[in-house]
Amino acid sequence: MTMPVPPYRSDLPVGRRGFAQLVRAEWTKFRTVRGWVITVGVVALVTVFLSIVGASGSRGTFCNGSTCTTGHPPVAIGPGGEPVADSYTYVFRPLAGNGSLTVRVSSLSGARTTSIGPPNTPLHSSLQSGLAPWAKAGILVRKNNGPGSAYAAVMVTGSHGVRLQYDYTHDTPGDPGPVTASSPRWLRITRAGDAVTGYDSTDGIHWTKIGTAYLTGLLTTAQVGLFVTSPVSFVSESRRGNPSVATASFDQIALRGDLPAASWKGEQIGAADIYPTVPSASSWHQRSADAFTISGTGDIAPLVGGGIIGTDAGESLLVGQLAGLIVLIVLATLFVTSEYRRGLIRTTLVASPRRARILAAKAVIVGSVGFFAGLVGTALALVISRKVLVANGNFIFPLTGLAQARIIVGTGLLLGAVAVLALALGTALRRSAGAVVTCIALLVLPFVLGATLSPSASNWLMRLAPTAAFAVQGTEPRSALVTNAYTVVNGYYPLSPWAGLAVLCGYTAVAVGVSVWLLRRRDA
Amino acid sequence: MPELLHAEWTKLRTLSSTWWLVLAATVLTVAVSAGAVLASTYQSIGHQDTTRLSLTGIDMGQAVIAIFAVLVMSNEYSTGMMRLTLTAMPRRLLVLAAKGTTLTGIMVISGVTAVGGCLVAGRLILPVRGFTASHDYPLLSLAHGATLRAASGSVLYLALIALLSLGVAAAVRDSAVSIGIVLGLLYLFPLLAQVVNDPTWHRHLEQVGPMTAGLAIQATTGLQDLPISPWAGLGVLAGWAGAALAVGGVLLHRRDA
Repeated sequence: MTMPVPPYRSDLPVGRRGFAQLVRAEWTKFRTVRGWVITVGVVALVTVFLSIVGASGSRGTFCNGSTCTTGHPPVAIGPGGEPVADSYTYVFRPLAGNGSLTVRVSSLSGARTTSIGPPNTPLHSSLQSGLAPWAKAGILVRKNNGPGSAYAAVMVTGSHGVRLQYDYTHDTPGDPGPVTASSPRWLRITRAGDAVTGYDSTDGIHWTKIGTAYLTGLLTTAQVGLFVTSPVSFVSESRRGNPSVATASFDQIALRGDLPAASWKGEQIGAADIYPTVPSASSWHQRSADAFTISGTGDIAPLVGGGIIGTDAGESLLVGQLAGLIVLIVLATLFVTSEYRRGLIRTTLVASPRRARILAAKAVIVGSVGFFAGLVGTALALVISRKVLVANGNFIFPLTGLAQARIIVGTGLLLGAVAVLALALGTALRRSAGAVVTCIALLVLPFVLGATLSPSASNWLMRLAPTAAFAVQGTEPRSALVTNAYTVVNGYYPLSPWAGLAVLCGYTAVAVGVSVWLLRRRDA
Repeated sequence: MPELLHAEWTKLRTLSSTWWLVLAATVLTVAVSAGAVLASTYQSIGHQDTTRLSLTGIDMGQAVIAIFAVLVMSNEYSTGMMRLTLTAMPRRLLVLAAKGTTLTGIMVISGVTAVGGCLVAGRLILPVRGFTASHDYPLLSLAHGATLRAASGSVLYLALIALLSLGVAAAVRDSAVSIGIVLGLLYLFPLLAQVVNDPTWHRHLEQVGPMTAGLAIQATTGLQDLPISPWAGLGVLAGWAGAALAVGGVLLHRRDA
């Protein structure tokens, strides 16, 4: 009699087929290649190292007359705590208590320098006529003559009509249209306690109220007077602006109120800042008891970066990032192309025939590796490069904790998305060379080209190319009240941070879709 | 040596990827140049270097050239063909020399086509964008000495980029890593130079970088403002290519294949 032989069963546990197992298998493939693990560290290290190199090569030099020292021109801080430009020619008198000032502006003309001179030096003689759009002339009430003082002003501008502006960031439009001898503008400002109200008129009889500003901390004695200023002007889509000067004629001046001083006094506010100065002999002169001609240069507005004040707009961080990115792209591509090269892909596909899930598991691994390398690299590079920049005398805009967190997390996500993009291209092309070059061309080349293209062309490139995602690193302040070259060479990205990241994710999604389709369709 | 050249030529000629890559490099170069010219307009202030503008596509085309040159070497390693090549021709440096010569030949032909295409595109598009003779921008022409130098220099530039890539690939052997290194060398110097505002450092970076120095050959205006004179700049790139080939040659000679 024969005993029935039990069928053979392996002692090994039955393999599970879940996605987690696949991810674990891919993680084992990644972790056990020592070169790849080291490369992840290299991504972060290269980012930090090149950021520091970039930052140490940027030196702030500040010249006072002919002596230059390390540092940057003093930057005024406005009542809201933000850096501001506070630089103009001011002809004023103290006003004790309430009162009003009325004036007629009969002309506003301007000129700009044809080359960029060093800041804080007298405007040199080669000037070309042309009025800056935000050249300003009008009447201004301010707390004191200290940098960044609270103020309110009614003004005519180069091409933005009459405006009421106060405390650097607030702006209300008045009567549109330019000032000419045949169509002058009458401006009036009244002070009642903390409230300063601006009016304008085209005939001196019919007045329109523009608005009221409430200035905090205005003392009993404030200063009231006439001002003229003209900001940096951008011609031929250039990256850096040329200083400009504006000249205005005022007459029919009527000042009412308690006036402790008997005569007018002229002063160049912010004379030692980033803007050049008007030669003092021609900055202002009194034509008669109630008429002045005043010339001024500078701006009274929020401070913006790049073309106005030569700041490091995060470029040193960016260059480190791009270097790290190149290493990451090579790594992520090799993660799949080396399987094709060695034939491992056939084993992988036999072990898990559902091919899309393999790609998903690989994407989880390279995506998270990219994310963490980016997170750590960016956090270190950001903190260290800013310290180096400050130590080298550069002016950099303050960053809130939230903005820093956005840069660090956003760049981590960016590197994660790029790693998945490289993986997908590697899967679709199956060869490293094409995938690496395509990826680098998409992510690095736009910055190289952006430097040579005109600002508008480079802004379009930065909207359409995957490099749009670098908007997560854009932190330079912009203002509608300031003309500037808002372009990538000055640290300005045309898209908002998350919209930019979405552009990159769109590219990645398309690449993943195509590679899944090809992976399913083709023999391995 | 003629047999060796013939062998290398046969290897390249019979790969369809060779012709696709050369075609892609040419088309991309011309397309990017045409796009850059279309994206710019005449401005009354400041004189633009229209020759250099018309050759912008070289920035892009060189990346494809780099793939091509790297693959000439690393493809043989990935398929194991290298062992056969070295068995047939044990004098390894001669193999590298033959590859370099063949590559240079192909590069000169495709470079002439690409640069010619860029100049034709520039000649046709520039007047439409306002760069006309009445605005002091004469038609692009090779009869103009500086333009001829820029054009012929750009062809040499592409050939030197190919040799640099070949040298790196001979040293590294893996195509992905080689391309990462070549493109890193090319693109990171100009980006770093943009960041660094210290004039001395900035100048030195532009003098040292293979792309920034090499592309000085394209300048036809403002020569006194260049970080390095045109031919000296091309010399710097030749130095990089020579160094890469030397390192690649030594490693090829010493290592097991």
